[in-house]
Formats: sequence, structure tokens, C-alpha cells
Amino acid sequence: MASSSSKHMGDLKQDVNDKMKGAQAHAEALFGGKNLADPIPTDKWKLLPAFLKVKGLVKQHIDSFNYFINVDLEKIIRANERVKSDVDPHFYLKYTGIRVGAPERPDQDAISRTYTPHECRLRDLTYAAPIFVDIEYVRGRQIVRRRGVPIGRMPIMLRSSHCVLTAKNELELARMNECPLDPGGYFVVKGVEKVILVQEQMSKNRILVDIDRKGFVQAGVTSSTMERKSKTYVGTKNGMIYLRHNSIAEDVPIVVALKAMGMQSDKEITMLVCGQESKYVDKFAPNLEECSKRGIFTQQQALDFIGSKIKAPKRSFNTTVRRPLSEEALEILATVVLAHVEVHDNNFRPKCIYIAVMARRVVMAMLRGDLIDDRDYVGNKRLELAGQLLSLLFEDLFKKFNTDLKMNIDKVLKKPNRTQEFDVYNQLLFHGDHITSGFVRAISSGNWSLKRFKMERAGVTQVLSRLSFIAALGMMTRISSQFEKTRKVSGPRALQPSQWGMLCPSDTPEGEACGLVKNLALMTHITVDDEEEPLVKLAYILGVEDVSLLTGPEIYLPDTFMVFLNGSILGITRHCKKFVAAFRRMRRAGRISEFVSIFVNDHHQAIHISCDGGRICRPLIIIENGRPRVRTEHITALSQGKMTFDDFLKRGLIEYLDVNEESDSNIALYEREIIPESTHLEIEPFTVLGAVAGLIPYPHHNQSPRNTYQCAMGKQAIGAIAYNQLNRIDTLLYLMVYPQQPMVKTKTIEMTGYDKLPAGQNATVAVMSNSGYDIEDALVLNKASVDRGYGRCQVLRKYATLLRQYPNGSYDRLADPPIQPDDPLVVQEKFDVLDADGIASVGERLKPGQVYINKQVPTNTSQDIGVNSRDPTANAYKNAPMSYKSAMPGFVDKVLMTTTENDQTLIKALIRQTRRPELGDKFSSRHGQKGVCGIIIQQEDMPFSDLGVYPDVIMNPHGFPSRMTVGKMIELLAGKAGVLRGQLQYGTAFGGSKVEDMSRILIEAGFSYSGKDYVTSGVTGEPLSAYIYFGPIYYQKLKHMVMDKMHSRSRGPRAVLTRQPTEGRSRDGGLRLGEMERDCLIGYGASMLLLERLMISSDIFEIYVCEMCGLLGYAGWCQHCKSSKGMSKMQIPYACKLLFQELQSMNVVPRLQLQNVF
Amino acid sequence: MVVPDKKFKQHSIETLRSRVIVERDRVTSTASTDFPHNYPGQDLSWDLEKFKENFKIKINRLSKTDMEFDMIGIDAAVVNAFRRILIAEVPTMAIANVYVQNNTSIIVDEVLAHRLGLIPILADPTRFEFRGDANPTDMNTIVFKLQAKCTPKANVRPGETDPNKLYNHATVYSGDLVWEPKGDQAERFKNNPIRPVHDDIVIAKLRPGQELDLEIHCEKGIGQDHAKWSPVATASYRLLPEILVNGEITGDLADEFQACFPKGVVDVVVEDGVKKAKVVNPRKDTVSREVLRHPAFENKVKLQRVRDHFIFSIESAGQIEPHVLLVQTIQVLQEKCAMVKRVLQSNLQLD
Repeated sequence: MASSSSKHMGDLKQDVNDKMKGAQAHAEALFGGKNLADPIPTDKWKLLPAFLKVKGLVKQHIDSFNYFINVDLEKIIRANERVKSDVDPHFYLKYTGIRVGAPERPDQDAISRTYTPHECRLRDLTYAAPIFVDIEYVRGRQIVRRRGVPIGRMPIMLRSSHCVLTAKNELELARMNECPLDPGGYFVVKGVEKVILVQEQMSKNRILVDIDRKGFVQAGVTSSTMERKSKTYVGTKNGMIYLRHNSIAEDVPIVVALKAMGMQSDKEITMLVCGQESKYVDKFAPNLEECSKRGIFTQQQALDFIGSKIKAPKRSFNTTVRRPLSEEALEILATVVLAHVEVHDNNFRPKCIYIAVMARRVVMAMLRGDLIDDRDYVGNKRLELAGQLLSLLFEDLFKKFNTDLKMNIDKVLKKPNRTQEFDVYNQLLFHGDHITSGFVRAISSGNWSLKRFKMERAGVTQVLSRLSFIAALGMMTRISSQFEKTRKVSGPRALQPSQWGMLCPSDTPEGEACGLVKNLALMTHITVDDEEEPLVKLAYILGVEDVSLLTGPEIYLPDTFMVFLNGSILGITRHCKKFVAAFRRMRRAGRISEFVSIFVNDHHQAIHISCDGGRICRPLIIIENGRPRVRTEHITALSQGKMTFDDFLKRGLIEYLDVNEESDSNIALYEREIIPESTHLEIEPFTVLGAVAGLIPYPHHNQSPRNTYQCAMGKQAIGAIAYNQLNRIDTLLYLMVYPQQPMVKTKTIEMTGYDKLPAGQNATVAVMSNSGYDIEDALVLNKASVDRGYGRCQVLRKYATLLRQYPNGSYDRLADPPIQPDDPLVVQEKFDVLDADGIASVGERLKPGQVYINKQVPTNTSQDIGVNSRDPTANAYKNAPMSYKSAMPGFVDKVLMTTTENDQTLIKALIRQTRRPELGDKFSSRHGQKGVCGIIIQQEDMPFSDLGVYPDVIMNPHGFPSRMTVGKMIELLAGKAGVLRGQLQYGTAFGGSKVEDMSRILIEAGFSYSGKDYVTSGVTGEPLSAYIYFGPIYYQKLKHMVMDKMHSRSRGPRAVLTRQPTEGRSRDGGLRLGEMERDCLIGYGASMLLLERLMISSDIFEIYVCEMCGLLGYAGWCQHCKSSKGMSKMQIPYACKLLFQELQSMNVVPRLQLQNVF
Repeated sequence: MVVPDKKFKQHSIETLRSRVIVERDRVTSTASTDFPHNYPGQDLSWDLEKFKENFKIKINRLSKTDMEFDMIGIDAAVVNAFRRILIAEVPTMAIANVYVQNNTSIIVDEVLAHRLGLIPILADPTRFEFRGDANPTDMNTIVFKLQAKCTPKANVRPGETDPNKLYNHATVYSGDLVWEPKGDQAERFKNNPIRPVHDDIVIAKLRPGQELDLEIHCEKGIGQDHAKWSPVATASYRLLPEILVNGEITGDLADEFQACFPKGVVDVVVEDGVKKAKVVNPRKDTVSREVLRHPAFENKVKLQRVRDHFIFSIESAGQIEPHVLLVQTIQVLQEKCAMVKRVLQSNLQLD
């Protein structure tokens, strides 16, 4: 209509109107008042907060953990339910149930057993709950059942189903000293908050065709079952196809392998691999030939062949009879090779078909290079979450627990005459804390070592970074990859098109981990394992035929599609579209889990159904008949609270798609882009970004690396951390005194709560050159702004000490400030802040060197001291005070005295510094534009606008051209308009307040549309000849502050061994003149300077050299020659002298030959 | 009918001397050129009599805290000096030292002290001395006490959630500062007792059990040392805008022209049935340069600012009334001049 010429416009409109009226009446009759032409909802983004309420961001950790605790534990117990004894065949112990209780205080004599995570943080405890099992066992001649036997303590994830914080309101959380905005999803282990990072892995049990190291095509499968993990390949070598597996030393020709599994007919093999396509047959034929050349025709021959190639198996000690090799081969083929395709009753048919399908994929890929799979495709990846990792760990620990228990039982049962009747319950109780300590050790060290899978992984957990709220949030969405960081391949690091909407394209670190560490996008969910059984049934009901009953040609008919469930072959269907549509309908109707995915791969003629855990998925609006199913009334109901996100799911308005299914769908980004083929509609485009990148206003106007830089820097910004920040005693805590929410915010900011816990301030920025102290990204600050509190921050540091008790009964103690004998009334300055209890009192100002915990340690901690010992040295104490080390005075903020789990007294002192910005402190806007403060200028010297506004910050315009951060400019414009209007503006990605609207507001308020102001110089009083871009930009103060870094030394401490100056600021070390600097000086010929730097100012040492023997002497005397004749005095570096002596100590004699040069 | 000037775009020497020219993308003729021998045939040397004759001050607006006045016929350097002195060198009294006996509020001592420091104190600084390193006396120090303890209130309506109704001292305001006269201060300031300018500045928020007990010392200081001693919230000036129209702007263009300026700058009058735009009050213009964006007004409008007509605005922080501030500013400048004069004289004598 818009394109029709204006002349006909009137008529046309009339016409259309009439038609519309008719249609309306018709529609009303049909749809009961719901008009087909109802406006499509514009605020469908409201689904996002609704989604975040139930899923997303941190929820995947919690869901995964809940699944582990509530479902997986039960399964593990059932898989390992019996403990038997080798000694007494009648004995057994059976686990009948398992349960995790509520988090409980470990203290023995506690009155109240429940405790809060915050208590754990403060007291260095582990937030854990007891694991109870129900058991059934033989005692004497009867069977005893016991319920609720504790076997260990399970660390509890915060806000999981067993956490005390779940489903609590803000007030209740405040009572528990917990922040309502804190996402949870981490553990508190020994007082440290630990996150189990999401691990990225290749998907299990799926055929993946790729190129091996030698450039040949191969199809690989990582089989993973409860007992076993193994990798099987069907690969090519010189045009031939082989089966490759770790347990078989040599490659097995594919035909031999198939024959070994009972498929003896060449025709059958060919048909199963190639169907009736001659090009495949031609490619495959040589394999048959080779097999017959080797003279292998029967299953027995094939098994003998494979049996001879089997790697010497590690025999367990109890094997007595040696089986023939062929049997060995059969067993390996049945249980180890492709372990996930199970062989029941020696029916190798499914496994044969599976191998044949793999071989077919290889043949296809040999003929068509584009059929090689993309390893980096996100659909081929699975994310492993805390629950899965803990479940692996628990099973390992539980197995170890059971074997230990069994050994103990055997030990007791072996004794011929027992005084008591044997009750395994006591064994169980006394069995120590193997499981508890295993969990604690793994989570606190991050080393996941599982004996079953020979898995050894380090760095699985990390300490939750509490530098800023956003840093903590960012950590919860982080995904670490299993790729080694050193390999120089770009593939895994590159941005994958398939990560759209699933992984944030901006949020990745720079440097070595670039592209390997990723972050989840805003609207993602990671699936947990789901039951396969009902899906199998459903598939058969919907017309899938069992593949075992079919032959090759039938399987590979042109419109026959093979149906896979989680990578295993289920059967075939001849009605692909119908089947898929029916399956989807069942899902949308809620008959099967919403996280089951189904998609068609036309290249392989395959339908894949997945319900395994670790797939990334995200919700999308379903389009039906070219119209989104979500209508305005739904959104209205949502905003009125009448509908929740789950209602949308249940009603089939939206659904979750995983990466594979997403690639199989046609997703419209906006309503206007819907075409007849569209199947889904994006909920909101800005959800492609993650929580951290969501802070950036107008990111779609920035050069992409700038957004990545901001993602790294947003995590270093000082701000508010949590509502409980003042109750926390963290090792290091940075807080901003007056944080502000940004003038230009985004929808993501509101949803993550960054506006409630911000990290930055809205500074009035003048983009101009000033004073020359602003070059190279330096900023000029206004002193008056700094005086008034701009950029002011607090640094709180924890200092802790334990008061130990020693085995001999002595213990550490606290002492009051010592009295000077000469002047008993005056306390030494060093001890001035101490209270009578030997700890500094809260609020005291600590000067450098002052003692704040006056601890004393007994001199004798090992020897026995008699109770009535008269020896005064036996219980003498030496001073071990904690003194304040920083260069700037601090204040005692908090002192905590408590006991730890093992009854040691723990003292924590929190010391606070309040810092105003100074020269060299680092600031950054939200656009990856960092800079240090170059100068702080008096207010009167600052330029001012007509209204008398002085900038807080002056930024050099040279920061713009090469960085191309247009978003920052728009932020200024929107911020300025917001200030003038008295409202917050939005800079949401792919949306937000429009520049045109902002300019209009500026004009209405009497400003230039461009945001540039007429500015007068504060120094000359005359106007500047340029208009200055002037307005508020949100600036973050970063944690890098000059005070923590500046360092210099003239003379100072030296290392004991080499007598060279120490290294590093913390040891007051020197600044090294390194090799490259040395090279420069050599090149320049500055020999005396070299000598001075490398020897005289470093480790000069005077030696005596005997000119006769060339060895070092001492004080003019050569011990070797026993004479003082010909002794020369000279100066060398001490390190050189040390080298000579070390050489001598290993029987190498360095001799010095001296000559006069001058 | 006004005939459009063909040479409208060109500036005469007189314009360049006396006007700052506001162009679309830059400001030209920004620097003062009023010095001898700069223009052929013009003397321009500074002359006191001439200055006296031309110099004018006109107060437009005056309230307890705000003041706007015109200063005409003076160089930017001098006006700028006034501005700079106002911000940085007119002394006031402000809280300098806080002695914390007890502070159990969630605001830590340093931040509390900082907040207190920024409270404007109503005390005539001319009646105090700078303390420097000297001991505090009644001549250089004002003492306040701040004691507030939060306790639950009796007889609260059940279900009440407003902390101010639930507790005493839930919010500590600047009005809670209690002046403790020392020496003869009570006598000296009996007509105008020393107090914070505003009584409703929030210092801290307390909850039951929390307590503040502070002794607070105010000293005399200047804004150069810390912004808390600055007597003004802001002090600035702008030049008088001038809108020159080439010919006449009529019809719909007139409305458009009017819309390019803030309200009251341009009037549209109907003369002989034709709408005409008339610049009535260029003073109100904010120099948004909106008019220069429109191609319709190209070559029709010129924006200028009068170089020696300053519209000076003082926003006092409240301690000293703005007109008094101006006088004190001038005194500071006089003292400085006197000092320079003294130094120069002594130097001359030495030579």
C-alpha cells in the first residue's frame, strides 16, 4: 500500500477499509472476537524476564545440581547397590534408598543445627548437607533394615532445591545475611565460594566424520556408558576402510570386523553399507576383495584374526582359565567396541548396522568432501555442568567407599571368633569421611580425578570472583573448553555461526584463551538427561520400523529416513515429514519433555531425536500459518501476572530449540521478516548477547572488539557487589562509595539487576583536548568532582590467623600491648591500636607497621611439657604479631573471632582504605575505552558551558577515530537527552532510544542537536573556537590503582643465596635490567654503565685470586698453595663466585687466569 | 521592505573586534583584540576614564542563592578572574575535622566525615581567621556536636513500614548538628547563630541500636584546597547573543524561524497580512545554532555574541548571599592586585 501512488491512494484505502470491515465481521464470527489482524505484540521482550524467572543465566547450574541430587543419586545407588563379602557368601549389604538432608552445622554441640551459607563464608566452613542411605543387610542370621544412615556430607549448591535460601523472600534473605540479587549456583567450601565451570565437550555417542592427521576421512564415535568410555573409529587408509579401536592393536579391515560379528555374506555387507547405489559399491568393493585376499570367510576366521591383534589385556588377579583368543575378540567386540550399542544375547545385528552406517558415512564423505562434519559446530558440542561432574565424582567416591567397606567387612569376618555379633552398621558409621573429604578436596582444588575413566582434569572449579557483581554473574555463565590453549588452531576459537543466540559473540577473553572460553547468551538453557524409554515407545507408535528386521536396500531407499535417538539407531521411517511433525506436535502438547529435540538431516537421510543432557537450547515463538502464536493478549496476561513462562510453553506458544533443531528451522528475526516458510520467531534479538555484554549501550554501533574489551573490563569495575557486601569478609573487596545506575541503560541491565548493584558513575564528559596531559587515552579529572566524591572507592582486605593447638597441649595465645619498663603508662606506638585483648579495636586507624593482632606462639610445640613443669623455657612464648604492611594508613573495619570445623580459633580482621582517585588510576567507559587519569585539574581551570556546567572528566577525541566506538557517542547523546528530560534512556542492543529522538529532546531544551556545546575556556575566559561534545557518559573505575602498583627502590633487601636485589614489589625488589636492555647497552658500548648496573649496583663481591693456581683464596691467602704469594684482589659478581664454588662442589675446577689489560 | 545585504556574510573589522561569531561548526573571532596598534588608526589603549564611562553593571535577578547580572564593557580576562575567584578563592567555613567517639552506622567514618564536610555551614567567614597549623581557638574553629541514637518509637501503628515513623533518628539530617559556642562565639553570633544552611541534608540513616556521636570542627578555607570551601555551586558567565537577520523572514518560514529559538527570542507578527519574524529578545537565546542547520535560512541569519557583554550568573551554595559574594570577590582581587603592586614596588626599589 505504501508503494502505490498517491493518486489512487484514497480509493484504495476506502476499498481496503471496506474489505477489512467485511473480514472483521467474518473473523469475529470465526474467532470469537479475536481478530486475525490483531496487532502482533511489540513488547514480546517481556517474555525474557519471565524466562529469567524460571530458567537462564545461573539456573542451568541449579537445575543440573537438582537433577543430580534428586534423580541421579538414586540411579548411582541402584547401579552399585550391593556390597558382598568374599569371606561370608551369606553376607550382603544392599542400599535401598538415598536422600540428601537439609544443610546442617557440623559442630557437635550446636544447639541449632541449621546454618546459612553466610555463616560458612565467615567461619571457613563447608556448606554441606548429610547424605542418608537406607540399607538392608545381614546381621547374624537375620536381615536388618535401617533407614537414614549418614554416609557423608554433600556440598550444597546455593539456591538449589536443598539450600536454605530457596524460595525465600527478600526479608528472609536479609535475615540470613544474603543478597536477593545473588544468583546462587556456586558452592561454599571451606569458606571459599567455588564455581564449577561449565565444561564444553564433543557430544557422546554420535558419529562424527572428519579428517584424521594424515588427511584421510574417518568416522569417530566416543561411546560413553555408565561403565565405560571408549573411542571407535571407522577410518580410511589408501582407499580402504578399517575399524580402529584402542583395545585392538592394529586396524581391522571393516569387512573382517563385520564378519567377526556374524555377518558372513559379502552381499549382505555391501547392501548394508552401500544400499544399491553403484558409486558407493564401487568405492566399497576393494574392501571385500582385501578380506577375501586375507582368506577370511567365516566368523571364526575373522575372530581369530582380530583375536591375534588384541592388545594384551590387563588381567585381573582372579582369572584362572585362559580363554581362546577368538572368544576374547568376541567379547571385546561386544562390550568395548562401540560400547553404547549394546549386544544382548550375542545379537550383533544392531552393532553391525551401526558399523555399516559409519562405513557408509565414510564412503559418502570420500566421494563428497562437503559431507565431512564440522567439529566446531555447536550442535556437536555438549556442555557438562556441575551436576554431571559431581555425579561422576560421587559414583567414584561411592565405589571407593564400598570397596573400602568390603575390605573392612572381610577383615572382620575373617576373624574366626568374634566377641560381638558383626553389625555392618557400625562399620558404616565409623567409616570416616571419605565421601565428604573427597567432595571437599575436589571442589576446593578443582582437580577432578576419576579412577574409572582415568580422567584427570585440573581447573574445573574456580573461586567465584566477587570483584564486582557483574564479574560474579559473568563467572556463572562461563564455559571452558577442553582444547589445549597452546595449539595454534583457529577453528575452535573462531566465532561459529551456529552459536547465534546460544553463546555470546562478544564475551570472550583476549589472549591465549580467546575463543576457547565462552559465555552463555542471555536466553539459553542447558538440558539435563531425560528418559529414553518413552521416546522409543513414542517413535515406534508413530511408525518407526525396527531396523534389525530390514536389509540394506530397504534401509537406504530414497525417501526412507533412519531415525536415531541420542545417536543410537532406532529404526527407519518412510514418512519423514509426517513423523517429525507428529513428534513435534507431541512435544508442543506437552506429552514429552519440552527439551527433546528432533531434526532432519537430509544429507544423511536421518532424523535425529535427542534427549541427552548438555545440549544448549533456547526458547522461540512458534509461527503457525505465517503468524506468531504469541498474541497481544498473551503478553498482556503475562504482564498482569496471569500467565507465566511455563504457561506459554504448555500452551505451545513457544518452544525450546537446541542448536541442531534451530539449524533445521526458519527463524524470523522480526515480525516484518516473516515469510511463508518461517517456522519460528525470535523473542528478542538482543538476547544473542550475554549478561556481561548486555551492559554495553548501543553495542550494535561499536566495532566488535570494543565490545569484547568491555566484557573483560566490566568485570574489573569497582562498584556495589551485593546487598550483603558490608557483612562479608572477603580476601579483597573493592567497593565504590557512591555508585550510580547508568543514565543510559539496557533491558539486560534491568534484568540482571545491574541497576541495583551498579559499578560506575555518570560523569559529565567533555570530549576535547586539554592541557596535553590527556594524550594516549589519559583522562583529565575535575578536582572539585573528586572532592565531592567522584570515583571514590574503598578497598577492604582480610587478614586472618589461626590460634593453633599443638599436639603437646600448648597453644597460641593473644597478648595485650607490652608495657615498657621505663615508662609503664605510655604504650609504644607500634602497639597503640591494640585493645586489652590483643586485637585492634574496630574503627582504629592503622599506620604502617602497627600491630593489629598480637599473637604469640609457644617456642616448644612438639616436646611434651609436664603439667607441673618448672622449666620456664617449656612454656615460653615468642612474638608472632600481625602488623599492617600497606604504605597508606587503613582502618580496622571488622574483627571476627570464631572457631573452624576442627575447633581451631580463627581471627579475621578486615582492614579498610578509602581512596580518592589519583593520578594514574584507571577508568573506563562501557565501550572498551580505558584510560588512566593523566592530571587532576582545578575546577576553575576547566572549560564551562553557557549554563555553568563544568565537566567531571575530559576525554581526548583521538580515542574515537581508530576505535570507532560510535556507541559511546550515542550514549553521550542519549544520556544528555535523558538528563534534560529527567528520565533514563535505553541503549539496548539492536534497539534503544533513537538518535533522532534524542536530538529532538536536545533541541527542545535549547541545545544543539549534535550534542556539541558552546564552551568557554576556564583559563583565558574566552570562548573555545570549537564546539565541544559535552554530556554524561557512564564511567567505571577499574580495580587497577596506582597505589597498589607504584614501586621504586634505591637500596633494599637482597636475596640470601645470590646477594642480588630481590624481585617484585611485595619484597621491595629492584627493577631488573634484563637481557634485552643489556643488549642495548652492549650495542651502545656503554661498558661502564653495564658494569655499574650488572655488578656494582647489584651483587659486587671482593675476592682474592691466587695467580699460581687460579683458585679463590681468602684474605690474601691461598689455601690451595698454602701461600700468600701472588694473591690478587678483584671484584666480581657474587653470583659468579657462587658459580665457581658450586662447580667445585661437583668436582669441576674453574681456574682464573689473570692478566693486566692496561 | 528591508533589502537583503549582499555582503551579509562578510564581517566588518568592527564586528571582528567587538563580536564573537558563532558559525555552524565553529566559533570564530574568539580572542579579544582590544589592544593598542592592533587596528590601524585605532588607539584602543586602556584608559580609566573611558572604562568608567563605558562600564556598566546591571542586576537582572537577585535572590538568597541566585544572582544574574550583566557586566558590560569589560575584558574577558577580568570577568574570568571574578569567576575563578568566586569558585576557588572566596573563603567560607566548612567542616574540616571530625572526631568520632562512636559510629555504629553503616556509613564508615571516612565517608561520614566526607559527607559532613560537604554540608554548607552558615557562618560569616570574615569573622574568623584561617587556622593553619595553629591550635583551635574560638577565632578559627566552630564546634558542632552530632549525637543521634536510633531507638524504636512507641505507639507505632501496626504494619507500619516507613522507618522514619518506626524509629527515632532513622535518618540523621544536617539539622541535627548542634552548634557548641566556644569562647565568646555565643555573644558574637547571637544575632545569627551558626548552623548548617540546609536542615534537610541526609547525613546517615540509622536503625535501632546504631548510634552516632561526633565532635565536628569547622575551619575557614578556600575552594582551591577543597571544593567544600567553595561558596558557589557554580559561577559562570555567557556572552550576550545577537541575532542578525538579513532582510526579512516572512510567511511559514517565519514560524519555522521562531521554532529554531527558545521561547521569547523571536516573535511572529502579522504586518499587512504577512507573517514576519522579529527578533525581540536575543538574550534568551541559548545559542543552540538550530537556525544555522536549516538551508532555508542560509545567508539570512548570522549569530554573534557581544564580546564585552557578560551575563554573569552566581549560584551560591547558601553560606554567603550572592551579591555579598561578588563584593568579596572584588576584595580578593583587590588584595591580589595590591600584593602584586607591593612586590613590584619592592622589586623596583631593590633595582
